[in-house]
Amino acid sequence: MNLAEKVRQKYSAMVSDLASNAGEPVVIAKKESVKNFMAALRADSEFSFDLLMDLFAVDYLFWEEKEKRFEIIYNLYSLTKKHRLFIKVQVRETDPTLDSVAGVWPAADWYEREAWDMFGIRFSGHPNLKRILMYESFKGHPLRKDYRYNERQPIIGPLN
Amino acid sequence: MGKPVSPNLKVKETRPMLLNVGPQHPAMHGIVHITAKLDGETVLGADVEIGYLHRAFEKMCEQGPYNNAIPYTDRLNYVSPLINNIGWCLAVEKLMGLETTDRCQYIRVVMSELSRVTDHLTCIGASAMELGAFTVFLYMIKAREFLYELIESVTGARLTISYARVGGLKSDLPEGFEEKCRAALSETRKVLKEVKGLLDTNRIFVDRLKDTGVISKEDATAYGLTGPFLRSTGIDYDVRKARPYLVYDRIDFDVPVGEHGDNLDRYYVRMEEMEQSIRIVERALKDMPKGEVSVGDFGRVLSAAEMVDAAKMGRTKGFHEVEVDLDPTLEGTTRRHHDDVYSKDKKVALPAKEDTYGNIEGLMNHFKLVMHGHGLCPPKGEAYFPVEGANGELGFYVVSDGSDRPYRVRVRPPCFPIMAALEKILVGDMVADIVPTFGSVNMIGGELDR
Repeated sequence: MNLAEKVRQKYSAMVSDLASNAGEPVVIAKKESVKNFMAALRADSEFSFDLLMDLFAVDYLFWEEKEKRFEIIYNLYSLTKKHRLFIKVQVRETDPTLDSVAGVWPAADWYEREAWDMFGIRFSGHPNLKRILMYESFKGHPLRKDYRYNERQPIIGPLN
Repeated sequence: MGKPVSPNLKVKETRPMLLNVGPQHPAMHGIVHITAKLDGETVLGADVEIGYLHRAFEKMCEQGPYNNAIPYTDRLNYVSPLINNIGWCLAVEKLMGLETTDRCQYIRVVMSELSRVTDHLTCIGASAMELGAFTVFLYMIKAREFLYELIESVTGARLTISYARVGGLKSDLPEGFEEKCRAALSETRKVLKEVKGLLDTNRIFVDRLKDTGVISKEDATAYGLTGPFLRSTGIDYDVRKARPYLVYDRIDFDVPVGEHGDNLDRYYVRMEEMEQSIRIVERALKDMPKGEVSVGDFGRVLSAAEMVDAAKMGRTKGFHEVEVDLDPTLEGTTRRHHDDVYSKDKKVALPAKEDTYGNIEGLMNHFKLVMHGHGLCPPKGEAYFPVEGANGELGFYVVSDGSDRPYRVRVRPPCFPIMAALEKILVGDMVADIVPTFGSVNMIGGELDR
């Protein structure tokens, strides 16, 4: 039984499906309970995911088989158990909102700001959800697939 | 002497002062803006603002074929670009299920470790300079120069090296590399010894680093730190050990850890890591399988320009028995070295230059790989590959839709979480501690802002 199956067995109410990326375990979690799920995974001594390695989004606008447009991917690592698990949460285009996990791992703070900046995914309960790489007056979310790569926006700042 | 201010004057209220450090400040190692909130000289809060060097790395990677992303990865961590190059190629290779040759893997290890040494040299040299130890900076840059020259002789460039290829390397090591490398490493060792003598017992240096920029084990994990920063707190997480890639499992080396998680421990960890990297390089050079360099099989040696000119006029008849003399600064590989550093998979590896110019199969393979809409088409799916960058875990997450371009590329930049934790680390320290702490972060704008 691999790691993802173990997680599903224990938290079947919060897991909707399993997957794999190039052989590594992936758990697809339900959106509503994501915060509780993450907190449980961190606290659970069987898994003890103490390190949030990464958090980012993928925009599946042009994939026909994906029902929901966005996928948020959490890359968790456990320093004590030395295992890694990817957790995916799918989010609809019409309501790109998700609970913030910044309370579980402070590392999520900036990662979530980046996901908001680049994809326009709102993390409710985030302490300071503002743009991080782009400037405040920037329009749109540049890593979305419908944002053209050669689109230009006016240069900001004092013009003297 | 004027009259003293009235002794009855009492301080009624104090207010915290805001101090802008950066964005353009010599100690900011690039462009980053810290708004420090001060009470006297104590830092009460620090608002870190990043994004000044955002160049849309992830977006631009989606616009071109897989091999076209390699020059972009050079510009992520521009102090150790080889590690980024190799990390990207490993991620794509994982997606495609490719295995590279043994020699290629050893060369990748050697180049990664040389990069790690240059990175740590820059980091320690620059932060020592900011504390007034200018000599150390000059010594370390001297050592870095030896290594850069070495890297230049292999890749043709000092920083923007674009050396790795999906399924292989741009070219094999040049002749006489091993001796040159050993010489450069022994020079580096000498410099490290000198620097240790200058800094380890230097009262000013030690006093300014000791117990400043402290982060606890728990905080370091909660903030997702990796690399020398995490190891300075006593956690021995190193991707090369935790999940060995390339041939790191065949090479013996130690992972130095600190104890207190302060700036001084990070200095010690970095110094020891350089020593370990040198050890890895020496071992890898010793173990590296020899490529078949059978000069006798081929006839005369052509210069690259001569070959191209002859091919343009269709005089390709004798090409199967000539050998081309390609400078490492030129793009491409010669047949003599080709199979040693390239994967056997013809659909991935660019053919050797003699074949591209000399026979129709080679030309077709080349064409199929470089033309728009052809090239590497990994199967639909996604893969994550972490490597140990100089600042911590550097991971590439690649999503493929089956076409010749990556659908989504995500880099896990090792400095990003460290910068997120910077406020936590700075609060409670003095203003003067901002500089050594920030120096020990080794912030690299390229990978932070992407």
